[in-house]
Amino acid sequence: MSWILTVFVIIPVLMLGGLWVAKNDNQVRGVMVAGSTALLIGAIWLTIYFVQQRSAGNTDAMLLANSVMWFKPMHIAFSVGVDGISVVMILLSAIIVFTGTFASWQLEPMKKEYFLWFVLLASGVFGFFISTDMFTMFMFYEVALIPMYLLIGVWGTGPKEYSAMKLTLMLMGGSALLILGILGIYYFSGATTMDVIELARMHAMSKTAQNIFFPFVFIGFGVLGALFPFHTWSPDGHASAPTAVSMLHAGVLMKLGGYGCLRIAMFLMPDALTMWAPVFLVLTTISVVYGALSACVQTDLKYINAYSSVSHCGMVLFALVMTTQTAITGAILQMLSHGLMTALFFACIGMIYHRAGTRDVRYLGGLMKVVPFLAVSYVVAGLANLGLPGFSGFVAEMTIFVGSFENAGMFHRVATIIACTSIVVTAVYILRVVGKILFQTIPNKKFYELHDATWDERFSIGALIFCVAGLGLCPLFFENMIIDAVHPIFNHIMDYVPTLGNL
Amino acid sequence: MIPVEYFFILSGLLFFIGVFGFVTRRNLVAMLISVELVLNSVDINFAAFNRLLFPGGYEGMFFTLFSIGVSAAESAVALAIIINVYRHFHSDQVNSIENMKL
Amino acid sequence: MFDYAFLILLLPFLSAIVLGLFGMKMPRKVAGLIGTCMLGTLFVLSLYTAYHYFFYTGEYSAMGQTFRVVDGRLSSGVYPTVTVFNLTWLKFTELLTFNIGLRLSPISVMMLIVITTVSFMVHIYSFGYMAERDENYKFEEYEHGFQRFYAYLSLFTMSMLGLVVATNVFQMYLFWELVGVCSYLLIGFYYPKHTAVHASKKAFIVTRFADLFFLIGILFFSFYVGTFNYDLNVNPGLSDKLASIAANPEIAWAIPTALFLMFIGGAGKSAMFPLHIWLPDAMEGPTPVSALIHAATMVVAGVFQVASLFPIYIKFGAIEQLHWIAYIAAFTAFYAAAVACAQRDIKRGLAFSTISQIAYMLVALGVCYAINDEEGGLGYMASMFHLFTHAMFKALLFLCSGAIIVIIGSNFKEYMGGLHKYMPITNACFLIGCIAISGVWPFAGFFSKDEIVSACFQFSPMLGWFMTLVSGMTAFYMFRLYYVIFWGNSYYEQDPENRRRPQEVPFVMWGPLVFLAIISIFAGWIPFGHFVSATGQSAEIHLQHFHFSSVAWFSLLAAAIGISLATWMYMPKHNPVPDMLAKKMPVLHKAALNRFYIDDVWQFFTHKVVFRCFSMPIAWFDRRVIDGTFNFLAWGTQEAGESIRPWQSGDVRQYAVWFITGTVALTLVLLCLI
Repeated sequence: MSWILTVFVIIPVLMLGGLWVAKNDNQVRGVMVAGSTALLIGAIWLTIYFVQQRSAGNTDAMLLANSVMWFKPMHIAFSVGVDGISVVMILLSAIIVFTGTFASWQLEPMKKEYFLWFVLLASGVFGFFISTDMFTMFMFYEVALIPMYLLIGVWGTGPKEYSAMKLTLMLMGGSALLILGILGIYYFSGATTMDVIELARMHAMSKTAQNIFFPFVFIGFGVLGALFPFHTWSPDGHASAPTAVSMLHAGVLMKLGGYGCLRIAMFLMPDALTMWAPVFLVLTTISVVYGALSACVQTDLKYINAYSSVSHCGMVLFALVMTTQTAITGAILQMLSHGLMTALFFACIGMIYHRAGTRDVRYLGGLMKVVPFLAVSYVVAGLANLGLPGFSGFVAEMTIFVGSFENAGMFHRVATIIACTSIVVTAVYILRVVGKILFQTIPNKKFYELHDATWDERFSIGALIFCVAGLGLCPLFFENMIIDAVHPIFNHIMDYVPTLGNL
Repeated sequence: MIPVEYFFILSGLLFFIGVFGFVTRRNLVAMLISVELVLNSVDINFAAFNRLLFPGGYEGMFFTLFSIGVSAAESAVALAIIINVYRHFHSDQVNSIENMKL
Repeated sequence: MFDYAFLILLLPFLSAIVLGLFGMKMPRKVAGLIGTCMLGTLFVLSLYTAYHYFFYTGEYSAMGQTFRVVDGRLSSGVYPTVTVFNLTWLKFTELLTFNIGLRLSPISVMMLIVITTVSFMVHIYSFGYMAERDENYKFEEYEHGFQRFYAYLSLFTMSMLGLVVATNVFQMYLFWELVGVCSYLLIGFYYPKHTAVHASKKAFIVTRFADLFFLIGILFFSFYVGTFNYDLNVNPGLSDKLASIAANPEIAWAIPTALFLMFIGGAGKSAMFPLHIWLPDAMEGPTPVSALIHAATMVVAGVFQVASLFPIYIKFGAIEQLHWIAYIAAFTAFYAAAVACAQRDIKRGLAFSTISQIAYMLVALGVCYAINDEEGGLGYMASMFHLFTHAMFKALLFLCSGAIIVIIGSNFKEYMGGLHKYMPITNACFLIGCIAISGVWPFAGFFSKDEIVSACFQFSPMLGWFMTLVSGMTAFYMFRLYYVIFWGNSYYEQDPENRRRPQEVPFVMWGPLVFLAIISIFAGWIPFGHFVSATGQSAEIHLQHFHFSSVAWFSLLAAAIGISLATWMYMPKHNPVPDMLAKKMPVLHKAALNRFYIDDVWQFFTHKVVFRCFSMPIAWFDRRVIDGTFNFLAWGTQEAGESIRPWQSGDVRQYAVWFITGTVALTLVLLCLI
């Protein structure tokens, strides 16, 4: 049984092989559908299996754990294992890959090559979430980053070379910090393993070493999680990327940041939180409000959503550094929720762009009349984004706010209230766009000839809306899984910095 | 008996003429000739020093012969390349084959 | 006994889902009928629930609790608070959970009746209103988006019901947001219209802004109290916890602060000054929606919220905050009444009237300083009573104005006048509504409003007189509206050749009008104090037994003056007085017409201040400074590369020069060293 997690890497590799030999578009699509369905089924099975195991009383920190030594001198092992957080992230990734496949159904040109890179990216993401070895995580992280360059640079729109270069360079800069941090943890723990759980159990780093290496890891992952001021790759990158890549990138790849910050930075170096949490709290609070306010005056739909992502992903990191159990749970929920919502959003934007030929809000209008399905989906995505109850955003944001407020420090409280204001600003920019592009009159005669979503697009969007609403209506199922995983991590942090929760 | 300094002066002159030619000429064949001049100056040096320092030895002479052989092979290869370059670029100028550079 | 009550939330939810997903595939009429039938069922269900709740004798249990009641009352003489179900929806910590449940208390049962009655009437009425008609008002086809309209209405009804049966504040907040979105969707129902889109956006953002405070209030409350529950009757530990907080001087500020922050949220929904600006614009929505959402139900959510938290306000040191509410509300009542006197658009006139009347309810709550009726708790009952009666007659007035708009095709008073001949039923119903809202005996408004004014007098005579004055103004502006619509110069008669002849609306529209008119006439005689009062004990409304106090006489007098003034000024075909007044006081008139420029102030604030001073600079900062920094780094790297690039030219001859120069230099150095 313990090899089963490796399936999440093997399937993408098999898909790569399948794509390699595929001869025409339909074969490419066949391979993609088969593979992504297999991944989705695997993820659902994993979720069910996980819940069953937990309710059967299996209290291991990591389920389905397995480890194969890779590189003895550095004690690098291919260690896999999942807890509640990884399971929901794997599920999220599988959903996004599945829907992303349908969202790029009609992509031209070079469909085969496109999907090759797409699948490579996916394999990196899955590998990252199943790994428990720091170095393996880092390796998969890099595997996930590199394809972005080609996907944006080749299949993108607008100033794609610039964006691709900017994104890659900034993320690579982040990973340079990251590897330093990882090596720092390894050497200063004096450990004979790179396994995260083992390292946490040892907790052998000195306080000074923690203080030095915490920012490396946190910023390293934070760049990917759109931490202010390292977020500027996000608007350009997302704006230039093709639809499914935006979906996968904003939906899953940005979650690697938050996940890493929690799993490596905070879990392994809790003592450093005393010193660094306030600093990052300020930065993340700025992220939250700043992203939202910037989104208000953008004119490109993708820019608006990219800034909105900055705000929402900022919320993830914000909740993490609040360091209360509820807030961390909320952060994970927000990752899940934002992943689904933003994928939905990018899917809608991509489809509108594909038809109307522009993403500029000034030139769009009255789309509700001509493409009702897309327009309604856009409204749903918008409402989910601004935290309408019944959709996932509300659940995540409320958990974060309640959790953050548990941290009774004056400083934290002010930060929470400032972060709360973002929900109003979110409403402003979402409604501004919805009002401008979907409602009112049609400004351009050309738009009368637009056709509504095709079946593959409907399927992709429908599946995402179903997930967003599902999480929004019955959040308790996922919340239990997440709390189950957050609880030991939080307790571990509290063992070393017991005063952090209520400064 | 010719004083040995004359050989050194000759070889020094040949060497610098060769270097000068190599640096200043753009024609590939001319550059090759310059390289040959440099090699020849070295050959003369080998022979002269051998005679001056180890009158009974032959290693210097051997080296000279060896060097002449290598330079002949080298010229053959270089000329072959130059002819190919000329066929490809329709030019024997060294600047013309820069399109591998960014 | 109330096991079926989950249907109250489930039915409208299902209907919203069905209509929302499959409505467009159905014939329009079928979709409308599904919605209406569902609401009919819900209406019956609510009446049944109310009947059982208030009159049942015997024993029943809910959630493991057993209630032994006689005529609905427990042995202590109060109605029980019945929690029908309470599911954990989200678990923040082991103790702090977000529950969704259904709770029946006197005011929530009262709200159930209000919501389902008005909603049912609106559902029926919309069959007539949301239709396209030909020249002779002949029905042609239901409007485009008819199915969507009913889906929204169902969703709204579900959310509003969820709000009033909330077992905790967070559930209230959840449904609060949902009603906000329904309101947004319905105001923007005619989405190709620029003004509608703008109004819907404004409504949502303004209320959302207020909701932010609600949320922060909830956060404070939950942090200090450790729960989201607010009902002191069903949560035994809550009173002790609150008392211990109120007794602790270090954190005693927390409860009043939390409550007042929550009230700001309520003020947004209930359109209190200066957050009222969205409500008049919200009249861009279809008129039945205005009647349901923006007159009878959603806008009183704020009042309902304060009333729900009322025992906490009173008992745990937030009485002062309650009085602040009263002052804010009293000012709003006056302001809105003043603005209502100068509106040209009849729906906007009614909207300001709504603001003013809701303010009445909040004043009534705010002037309370004790739980007991005799000692200053009268306002609670008065407020709820007024909520009930106002919902009925204001819905009536809005539906009447909708009938007029269908016939006239415009909202502006210039196109009306003299309609009493052509629309007799609407005329009668509108008149009944006007009399009721003006507070004339024996109509509904008289009783509820008089209780409010009495409560004000109990608190402070100044406020009492002030509210009497405002009720006089109410009578004036309502009758002004009535006369300019139904009397005065007829627009049609000025040019009968070219203009459409007005006529009465069809039965499907006047039926609901008559139904609501009947309620508006008789609702005052309901022994309301018997069902709802601050203590929960049965209370008498003295006026219903012909015990007229001086307060009642004074407000009757004020109403009479207002009505006669309006009659004198607006009833005759030609009366120069209004125009003359407008000319005499151009500044005041213009200011009132422009709603005292509050909208402009807001506009200035949002566009100029927020957009210009925050968003634009931040966007600029992002592009220039932050991006600039990274671009600069990239540029720096590139430049550095460029500057050393000539060293690697690939030019063999250049390398040779370097090589030789280097060799020579190195030789010289070595020689020197030797």
